[in-house]
Amino acid sequence: MSFETATVRRSASTGFAARTFATYGQEFIILACIVVLFVAVGLIAPRFISPTNLTTIFVGNAYIAVAAIGMSMVIISGHIDVSVGSLIGVLATISGTLAVSGYPVWFAWLAPVIVGMVVTSFIGVLVAYVRIPSIVVTLGMLSILKGGLISVTGGAWITNLPPDYLIAQFRLFGIPSPVWFMIFLTAVAAMFMRYTAFGRSIYAIGGNGEAARVAGIPVERTTVTIFAIHGLFAGIAAVLFATQLQVIQSTVPPNLELTVITASVVGGVSILGGTGTVVGSTLAAILFAAIGSSLIFLNVSAYWLRAVQGLLILATVLADMARRHRIG
Amino acid sequence: MTATPASSAETAPPLVELRNTSKTFSGIKVLKNVGFDVRPGEVHALLGENGAGKSTLIKILSGFHTPDEGGEIRVNGRPVSFSSPRDARKAGIATVYQELLLFPDMTVAENIFIGHAPRAGMGALDWNEMRRRARALLDDLDSHDLDVDARVGGLSVANRQRVEIAKALSQDARLLIMDEPTASLADADVRRLLDVVRRLRERGVAIIYISHRMPEIFALADRVTVLRDGALIGTKDIEEVDDASLVSMMVGRSIDQLFPKVVVPIGAPVLELRKVSFKDEVQDISLTLRAGEILGIAGLVGSGRTELALTIFGITPATSGEILLNGRPVTIRSPQQARDLGIAYVPEDRGLQGLVKPQTIRENVSMALLDRISKGSIVDRVKESALARDAIARFGIRARGPEQRAGQLSGGNQQKVVLAKWVSTNPKVLIMDEPTRGIDVGAKSEIHALMCKLAGEGLAVIMISSELPEVLGMSDRIMVMNGGRMVRTFDRSEATPDVVGAAMTHAGASHAGGAA
Repeated sequence: MSFETATVRRSASTGFAARTFATYGQEFIILACIVVLFVAVGLIAPRFISPTNLTTIFVGNAYIAVAAIGMSMVIISGHIDVSVGSLIGVLATISGTLAVSGYPVWFAWLAPVIVGMVVTSFIGVLVAYVRIPSIVVTLGMLSILKGGLISVTGGAWITNLPPDYLIAQFRLFGIPSPVWFMIFLTAVAAMFMRYTAFGRSIYAIGGNGEAARVAGIPVERTTVTIFAIHGLFAGIAAVLFATQLQVIQSTVPPNLELTVITASVVGGVSILGGTGTVVGSTLAAILFAAIGSSLIFLNVSAYWLRAVQGLLILATVLADMARRHRIG
Repeated sequence: MTATPASSAETAPPLVELRNTSKTFSGIKVLKNVGFDVRPGEVHALLGENGAGKSTLIKILSGFHTPDEGGEIRVNGRPVSFSSPRDARKAGIATVYQELLLFPDMTVAENIFIGHAPRAGMGALDWNEMRRRARALLDDLDSHDLDVDARVGGLSVANRQRVEIAKALSQDARLLIMDEPTASLADADVRRLLDVVRRLRERGVAIIYISHRMPEIFALADRVTVLRDGALIGTKDIEEVDDASLVSMMVGRSIDQLFPKVVVPIGAPVLELRKVSFKDEVQDISLTLRAGEILGIAGLVGSGRTELALTIFGITPATSGEILLNGRPVTIRSPQQARDLGIAYVPEDRGLQGLVKPQTIRENVSMALLDRISKGSIVDRVKESALARDAIARFGIRARGPEQRAGQLSGGNQQKVVLAKWVSTNPKVLIMDEPTRGIDVGAKSEIHALMCKLAGEGLAVIMISSELPEVLGMSDRIMVMNGGRMVRTFDRSEATPDVVGAAMTHAGASHAGGAA
């Protein structure tokens, strides 16, 4: 960080704000939207910013932010995973089933993470080595996981979850654990993306895969690893999702993959690859959660949430295109 | 037969004429006040090295580019302006491109009439009429064997080209622009193509013919225009010129002032190739490259120059032969291995393989040595930014600072970033493929000076270039390639534009020789 300030000082003093905004513009805009939303809706409906409602917003949606971290990495590397919603549904069911079948809770937490990594690594191999476009691979995976889950479980509810399994209901310093997970994982992933050689190669592969290959970056291996990391986050997201209530419905949460991808894209991750940050995607996930909740408080049909999400996606992609055009 | 239409065309007004035409791309003038005309029933050959402005000129004629203010395009003596390729097509100008623009999954007839298919009413296509007219067009081109219902994807290059020509004629083209039409044809097909061109000329179609192959030009052309560095060097009747005079018009004579070559002591062999091949694209190449030496590789597009570079660098690993580095045999199966052995490759297309445009200069410069400037897996940002600032100073990169995004730089500065990336790895061998393509003259000579400096520091350099003056000006030795093989090598002292140019074109022409 100290280095960053050093170079900043080297350039013209006016450059700092401009460049920080150029790099983190999207993040600032979303942060501003969140602040404006909370203030505005809070003024109209004070209960919107009550601790109870804030808890509901964060606990119910932190898992989306966590899944969006891995998704952002995948999209930055120039790929996509449209099966993540089904995957989270399957992993949550696996986790809950293990918990009620008498396995130790740590195993019920760990198993979905490992299974998630195995599944996404498999996707990564098909994408990187067999060279099938990721949209095709993951569309197939979406149907397999979704269909398989319904066929096996019939969409049944998993009940009688052991209390010590419900990790999403734990609190630390009064703050629910999903919030801690979201903050901690976002911070770690942000540092990883920014400061490690691996993080750098994710951007390089997404920005220009051929140039990355010519520069000696092992593109295929890196791609598989990126998908594996994405599976790791999907696994953690699944556990947070499974443990937020006393029961788990063994189906796929509707439109979850779209919400996760939207968070990444609106958070500033270029759908064309090469740019974006996980801080942005987490902020965007929070924004959506807040919009969803505010619609309830403003007595607006919840169906509008989808429309708002769609509008935000289009607006961000247009902004991204304009930015790309400038960069050349 | 050749002379008659040309002389009768003499008196006719030009079919298409460019007056005082210039074209500037992001501040660089790539075409400078060029005047050019083509008459009905004439084959007008357009010559020049890569980057001379030929493509820009034909793209202006075919409506892809609008010329700068002050220029004028006239068709049949009337000034026109083309704002799109469609306008040019309506004016009767059609182009057959090097890379054929056909739809592989459609039939021959569909491809010929794409965009202007005959209609049967209610907007439906009149398939019978379309097939009948396609048949007639192809018969006209003496291509009776070409089935109008065949899928284009399954056709040979020569047949696809005929489809392209038929497509142009179906739109009543009066001027046909052919960009290197014989570049990828076999001898027999070349002969047939030349016949087709002659046939079109007899019917009064004007043809602009771009080719590097001298025998074809002498066999076909009525007039020839030479461009160099975007400027018109001259338009001559074909009887006024010969091989040698055309080559010297193309390459010019100002090589010595342009390339301030510094002669440096040449050291021990660094890289040796022994009968290295890659499939049939690179065949039995043997060479020795020494420290401090710049080896220029000359050859036409498709001669195997770039393919050789890709093989040395492990992108398309050698299928046979032996590569030695500092006397020790090495295996190079991937760019990563090549890089770790101390080989650097500045690719031909910096946009495609060199630069990650959304990333900053700092991130681009460090890309090939991230593992070396990382502690554990954390990139050392202090070292990294020192490296970037160093590169900006050493290579004279004009940028706001290391944090500027690479995509925002000019072409020359982008190229310097790519060069800096590779020089930062401290390579022993530096391969530069078209190091100065598409960058302006000032940045060009800066890059040349850098090459000399690097060679002076003991780096062994392989430079691939389509620009003969660059090859002649910069190289200690010159290797001419054709058809994936080494044709000849020249020492700096014996290399003149004429002999090297002749080796390139004549070797290439030996194909077409039979046709002419």
